[in-house]
Amino acid sequence: MPSAPRSPMAAPRSFVWSRRVFLTLLTVFVAVPVYVMLSSSLKPLQDVSGEFRWLPGDLTLSPYVDIWSTVPLGRYFVNSLIVAGAATVCSVVIAVFAAYAVSRYEFRGKRVFTVTVLSTQMFPGILFLLPLFLLYVNIGNATGVALFGSRGGLILTYLTFSLPFSIWMLIGYFASVPRELDEAALVDGCGPLGALLRVVVPAAVPGIVAVTVYAFMTAWSEVLFASVMTNDTTRTLAVGLQAYSTQNEVYWNQIMAASLVVSVPVVAGFLLLQRYLVAGLTAGAVK
Amino acid sequence: MTATLAPPQGKRAAPGAARTPRRPGRLRRAWLPYLLLVPALALELLVHLVPMVYGLLMSFKELTQFYIRDWTTAPWKGLDNYRVAVDFDTPVGAALLHSFWVTCLFTALSVGLCWLLGTTTAVYLQESFRGRGLLRGLFLIPYALPMYAAVITWTFMFQRDNGLVNHVLVDQLGLFDEPPFWLLGDNSFWALLVVSVWKGWPFAFLIVMAGLQTVPRELYEAAALDGAGRWQQLRRITLPSLSSVNQVLVLVLFLWTFNDFNTPFVLFGKSAPQAADLVSIHIYQASFVTWNFGTGSAMSVLLLLFLLVVTAVYLLITSRGRRSAGA
Repeated sequence: MPSAPRSPMAAPRSFVWSRRVFLTLLTVFVAVPVYVMLSSSLKPLQDVSGEFRWLPGDLTLSPYVDIWSTVPLGRYFVNSLIVAGAATVCSVVIAVFAAYAVSRYEFRGKRVFTVTVLSTQMFPGILFLLPLFLLYVNIGNATGVALFGSRGGLILTYLTFSLPFSIWMLIGYFASVPRELDEAALVDGCGPLGALLRVVVPAAVPGIVAVTVYAFMTAWSEVLFASVMTNDTTRTLAVGLQAYSTQNEVYWNQIMAASLVVSVPVVAGFLLLQRYLVAGLTAGAVK
Repeated sequence: MTATLAPPQGKRAAPGAARTPRRPGRLRRAWLPYLLLVPALALELLVHLVPMVYGLLMSFKELTQFYIRDWTTAPWKGLDNYRVAVDFDTPVGAALLHSFWVTCLFTALSVGLCWLLGTTTAVYLQESFRGRGLLRGLFLIPYALPMYAAVITWTFMFQRDNGLVNHVLVDQLGLFDEPPFWLLGDNSFWALLVVSVWKGWPFAFLIVMAGLQTVPRELYEAAALDGAGRWQQLRRITLPSLSSVNQVLVLVLFLWTFNDFNTPFVLFGKSAPQAADLVSIHIYQASFVTWNFGTGSAMSVLLLLFLLVVTAVYLLITSRGRRSAGA
């Protein structure tokens, strides 16, 4: 009833309480694994092999030193950086061109293109795994270009995986950049590419950042293709992290330390760019 | 002063004064969009479409380890691979059917919970209060974490003797006399579900949050002045405004969850327990453990057909529902 002294927009007490209870429970659910990761990475081995303890007895930084020698984590790290970095850069550049074509031009086959590209998003990865495996092996046998087992093959695969979603999001984002802007640039003497690079891309920076983050995370986290298509020298973190478990003993403290180390760059980047990501999704996915 | 490309609405600029004299403007207009699409098209062809045709062909061949080096020499088998996959009286068919049902149940529960948690949280965080930004950052961490790092942490927590879950349930709450196994046997289904929801719900949260930003605040003010409570505002304003977002969100969650390979693969290793034998991992095993790519491909094609049918029916039903609702 509006007769209460509170303004009608103020949250009623029952709402505030239900919010508190719900968000507290959810915070516990979300935070506990993060806490386990952090606290276990600071425990000596015997403390993670016995019964679980909430509070670490002895604190040690040795897991963070040992992770680099137990398995060649440094090499995996470099591999992941190269693969995810190259896949991201290529994917974003290609998606920018494709999205520009779709958002600014009328051409035959436009609908077929967008529908086909988007529908690949629904196909199970396992459907491509076997044929792509054979295709890469066959290309290797026929031309000598080693795609199977190489970083190049993985880069090619990952950049294609993030393309559909990236193109889709960028189309939405470019559509929100007023056309008058690039038309003005054309009038001022820029070519179509000049208009794209000098006007549309700068105006769509949040969308491009969102797509970059998405493409990088996709490549950094992929497990299925990495487990089949890499060998000892090209192995990425996604597969390499499991090497701690195949030894005689499972070094849980080192696994947790390594998980934390490989997570920090991605999580930090994600949280810093969070605003862009929400803005990018609002323009791309929601419209 | 003449544009080199036609304004997209169809207003045609007169050719002739094009800026690059080497190529006539009209040719450029026609070819430029295709030129821009070439890299994307080439990659889609190489990594998605050609392998799909390959996969379709492979599913009609007897592709065992003897033929992998040169798969073109493998003998044609017609529909035999499909017959093996869907003959539910044989162990292969029965296992596939079992895996299919497990995946259906798992997907329904996981998508439902992810959507519910994501939507509830987005609604609760809609208006500002102290600590909102902090919570939003925290809630996005499971999504931002590399998937394998998150799942491997859960693997540790689910360990029978040194994991957190049994420590809480058995030692602190006393719910079980004996510490149960979570990554073996029937319990593995629930373990997989918890992990899947934990890392899946923030995506729903992110999308719904983005969707809610497009709902005008005046709507809520007007509703509140009219005496509508929170619950009514949720039902009459929030949920209807989200219908187009939800249509896409639920579909995407469904496809990702149904096809999920990574979570069970990292959680259980190469052989998932029966109770958590999701269809992707089932096909992976059927292919790489026995090196029988023909049957594996047939199973993949069947999976794709199933997903196509479900997606088509879903889009048909939800689009009609939204149209008749006047959305």
